[in-house]
Amino acid sequence: MTEIVMSQTPPILHGPTEKEKKYDRQLRLWAASGQAALEAANILLVNSGAGTVGVETLKNLVLPGKFTIADDAIVNEADLGVNFFLDESCLGKLRSECCTKLLQELNPEVQGEWFPKKEVRKTHLVDQDSCAGILDLRSTLESSSTFTLIMYTHPIKEELLSIIKSYATEHKTPLVAIHSAVDTHPEVEKTTDLRLLNPWPELVEFSREMTKDIDALDDHEHGHLPYVVILLHYLEEWRQSHNGQNPISYNDKTAFSKFVLSKARTNNPEGGEENFQEAATAINKNIKAPELEPGVQEIFNHQVSDEIERRSSFWVIAKAIEAFYNKHGCLPLPGALPDMKAQSTVYVKLQSIYKTKARQDAQEVLETARALPGGKDVDPAEVDLFCKNARFVKLINATPTSENLDAIFDAETMNDEAAEAMKVETDGAFTLPMSNLFIYLALVATSHNIASTADEIMSSITGLIPKAAGSQRVLEASQEVARAAGGELHNISALTGGMVAQEVIKIITKHEKPGSLANLTIRHIHTISPFWLEKAGDVIVGPQTLCGNARLDVRQLLNVA
Amino acid sequence: MAAAATESGVSRWQYLDHIRRTRGPFNQDSDVSEEALATLDKTKILVIGAGGLGCEILKNLALSGFKDIHVIDMGTNSYALAPDTIDISNLNRQFLFRKDDVGKFKAEVAAKFVEKRVQGVKITPHNCRIQEFDEDFYMQFQMVVCGLDSIEARRWINATLVNMVDMENQDSLKPLIDGGTEGFKGQTRVVFPTLTPCIECQLDLYTPRAAVPLCTLATIPRQPEHCIEWAHIIAWDQEKPFPSLDKDDPEHITWLYRKALARAQEFGITGVTYSLTQGVVKNIIPAIASTNAIIAASCCNEALKIATTAAPSLGFEESYMMYSGDDSIYTNTFKYEKKEDCAVCGEVAKPLEVNPNWTLRELLDSFSTKADLQLKKPSIRAEGKTLYMQFPPSIEEQTRSNLDKTLKEGLGLDVNHEVAVTDPAFPALTFRFILRFA
Repeated sequence: MTEIVMSQTPPILHGPTEKEKKYDRQLRLWAASGQAALEAANILLVNSGAGTVGVETLKNLVLPGKFTIADDAIVNEADLGVNFFLDESCLGKLRSECCTKLLQELNPEVQGEWFPKKEVRKTHLVDQDSCAGILDLRSTLESSSTFTLIMYTHPIKEELLSIIKSYATEHKTPLVAIHSAVDTHPEVEKTTDLRLLNPWPELVEFSREMTKDIDALDDHEHGHLPYVVILLHYLEEWRQSHNGQNPISYNDKTAFSKFVLSKARTNNPEGGEENFQEAATAINKNIKAPELEPGVQEIFNHQVSDEIERRSSFWVIAKAIEAFYNKHGCLPLPGALPDMKAQSTVYVKLQSIYKTKARQDAQEVLETARALPGGKDVDPAEVDLFCKNARFVKLINATPTSENLDAIFDAETMNDEAAEAMKVETDGAFTLPMSNLFIYLALVATSHNIASTADEIMSSITGLIPKAAGSQRVLEASQEVARAAGGELHNISALTGGMVAQEVIKIITKHEKPGSLANLTIRHIHTISPFWLEKAGDVIVGPQTLCGNARLDVRQLLNVA
Repeated sequence: MAAAATESGVSRWQYLDHIRRTRGPFNQDSDVSEEALATLDKTKILVIGAGGLGCEILKNLALSGFKDIHVIDMGTNSYALAPDTIDISNLNRQFLFRKDDVGKFKAEVAAKFVEKRVQGVKITPHNCRIQEFDEDFYMQFQMVVCGLDSIEARRWINATLVNMVDMENQDSLKPLIDGGTEGFKGQTRVVFPTLTPCIECQLDLYTPRAAVPLCTLATIPRQPEHCIEWAHIIAWDQEKPFPSLDKDDPEHITWLYRKALARAQEFGITGVTYSLTQGVVKNIIPAIASTNAIIAASCCNEALKIATTAAPSLGFEESYMMYSGDDSIYTNTFKYEKKEDCAVCGEVAKPLEVNPNWTLRELLDSFSTKADLQLKKPSIRAEGKTLYMQFPPSIEEQTRSNLDKTLKEGLGLDVNHEVAVTDPAFPALTFRFILRFA
C-alpha cells in the first residue's frame, strides 16, 4: 500500500482532482501507473455464442481506454434474457453495435468501436458456419491501432482463431480465450526475505555496531533494538556454540527462540521487552534453510526449446536470476522491511540498507541479462519486478498431452479419494478441494460443439483417457455440462466475466503482487473447490500456452449451478 | 416464466428455462416439476445495499428471472442519519450510476435503471436504514441478499432474521445470502437462520484492525501511517484547527496531510500522500468492479438455486465460499460450525476470561477490539445490579463512578458470575458471559 501510493503526486493545496476522486477506490489497489496502463489499453473482444461473458468482462474493466467488439450476431429475444447491455430497442440490430453503445454509456471518457459495420440478416444461434465470411476479422485488425489485448469467446471458427493467433505472435499480444474459468493454486505462504542467514557486509556492520556493547545499552536503547538486529546478533552467538550451524530444525528453532527471549530485560513493569517478543515471533518465518521454492526451481530447470521464446524478456531475466542464484546462493533481495519496534532514525536507516541492497541486486541481474542473447533491450522495470517477485514465480505447464493427461488423471483421482476419506474421517470438519480435472475434460470435449449430449462428451473423454470410462465424477461432469446445452446463465457469465477482468487487469497493470503477474505465470490444471462443480457447476481451469506473453485460456461453460 | 417464443423460435428466457426444465446429476425429478418451476415467479426478494455489490446483485437477480425485488440502501456509516447518496468515487464500479446522478439516492437510481433495462421486473427502492423497518416488513420476503460494507448492518439483519424464526411457521425462515469484498478478495455465505451457523457465529472471522500503540505514534513513528495517525489523533486534538473533524472535507484532510507530511520529513519517513492520508483517516477499503462482479454473481447464483432447486445450494453442508484473486485465483468452500454460545442463535452463556484487577472501563474498552464482540457503546449488568449503562443520561451519571472500580475488589465480581452486555447498535441482542479469571 505504502509503496503504491508513493508514486502518486500529492496535491498540495487542493484536494484530489475530479479524476482521482472517480477512480479513488481502484487507485488504492493499482496506483496511478496501473490506471495509466489501463487507460492506454486497447482491447478487442471477438464475441460469439450467447455472447454475455465477454461483455460482462468489458464492463468490469470500466473501461479500458479503448475497446472494440467484433461480433456479427443480430440481437434476438434470448439475448435480452441474458445480456444486460441490450434492451428492447436493440432487437434485430447488430449486437456488436448495441453492446458497444450501451457499454460506452458507462464511461464517457472511453472510446468504443464495433465490427462489422454493416448489418447482415441472420440469427447467430442457428447457423454458426454462415458467419465465417461475414465477420472480416483480418480487415478489422488491419484497420485498427494495435491491440493491447485480445479476448475471444468460444465457440470460435478455426480460421478466425488462426488470424487472431498470428496477429498475437506478430504483436506479442496477450490472448484471453473465454471459456469457463481460470486456474487456481494454493496460496504460497508470503514471507519477507530478511536474509538473516546470509546477510551482506553493510547489514552485518550495522548490526554489530548497534550490539557491540549490548549489555551496556540503557534500557530505552535495549528496548528499541530492531528485531532484525537482535536476531543477527544472537544468531552469531548461537553459531559459536553450535559448531557454526544455524538453528534450522524445529527443535533448534524452539531452543533459539527461548535463548533470544532469555536475553530480554525483565526489570520493567511489563516484565519483558516488546522487541524481543517480536524477534522470537519472527524466527519461524524468517530463519529458513536457503532452499528454492519448487516453482522457482522448475523455472531454472525448464528447457525452452523455441528460439524466439528463449529470447523473450521473461526467459532472459529468468536466466540472469539463475546466474545470480548460482553465484550468491540466494535470490535477489526483494528489499521490503516489515514494521518493527525501533527508534525512528534506526528504522529508516535499516530500511535504506535493505532498499540499497535490493537496488544493487537488481542492477546485477540487469547487467547479466543485458549480456545474454536477446537481452540487450531488457527493461529495468521488468527486472525490478521480477526480482521483487522472484520467489513466487511458478512454471505451470502448457496444454497437456495424452500421456501426461493419463498421469494427471491418476493423480487427480487419488486426490479425490483422499478428499473423500478426509471428509468421512472428520465428519466434514475438514475438507480438501475436489479435483476440477473432470469438469475440465468435459469442457474440452465441448469446445467445438457446445451442444453435445452427455454420451458424446463421455465418448470424447474416453477417447483421450480410456480409464475415465468408469469414473463417476467424469460421468456427472458430462451430464452437467450437457445440461447447459450451450446456453448462458447470466450469473455464471457475470462470475466468469469478473474473474477474466481481474486477470486482464493483472496483465495490463502488471499488478505487483506475488505470483499474480499473469505474464510471469504459466498455469496448469489444478483444483478449485467442489462448490464450483457440484453446486455452481461451472468454473474450471484451462490449459495455457506461453508465447511471448501470457495466454490465459478461460472457458465459459454456461452451466447452472 | 416461459415467455412466448417469437417468430424465430427463440424465447427470452430460453437459456434459463432449459436448465430449469432439464434434470441434472445433482438434483431430482421433483426439482424440475411444473410446481417447482412456478416458484420463481412467486418469490419476493430483498436486496440490502445498492453500492458496488448491490448494483451487480440487482442486475443479476433481474436477469435470473426474479420479478419482484425490493432494495434498501442506507448510509455507509451507521451513524449517518440520511440515506446514502451517490458520490463521484462510486462511479468506477457502481455501473448503474452516471455523473448526473451524483447526490441522488442510490436505491432509487439503481432500481429505475434496472427496471428500464430489463422488461417485466419490478424493483421497489427504500431510501432509509434497515433499522427503520420492523419484523412485519421483513416477513413479506422469501429471501434476503446482502451486499454491504458494514459489519454492524450485517449483524443487525442477521439478529433480526434469527429472531423472526417461528418453528410453527415455515414461512418465517428467510435464507440470508451475504456477500463481501475487499480489493481482489471476497466471500459468499448462506445462512438458514437458526438451522445453520449465523453471521454472529462467524464474527471472529473479521479481526478488528490492530491499533498502533500510542507511544509509537507519539515518539517513534516509522511508517507513513504512523505520521498520519499522529496528525489525526494527537495533533488535531492539540491544535483544534476546526471545531470538529469532517473526514469528507478536503480542507480538513489537507490540514492532516500537511501535519503528517511535516512529521514524516522530521523523521526521514517517506510515503505520506494526500490519498494515503484520506485512506487511513476514513479507513477506506479498496474496491474494484471485477471482485464485486464475482461475489455478486455467486450470491445471486445461490439465490437462484434456493428459489428454483435447479441445483444444490450452499448452506447445510459447506456454507462459506472464499475467493482470492491476490495470487492468481484461489477459491475454497468450507463448512462452518454453529456456536452453542453464539449471542444470536446459541443458547448458553459464553466464558469470558478477565483480569480481576481490571477496572470496569478497561473491561468495556476491551469489548471494542474483541473479535467476537466488536461493541462500541457497551452497557453491562451483573446478576441483580446495573454496573454501567450508556443510556439514559440519568442512569449513565449514576453508574459512571463504577467505571474506575476494579472488577473483583471494587465491584465484587467473581468467577462464575454471569454478566449481560448490550449495545444500542443491536437492540435485539444480549451478550451473556460467565466470568473466568486469568
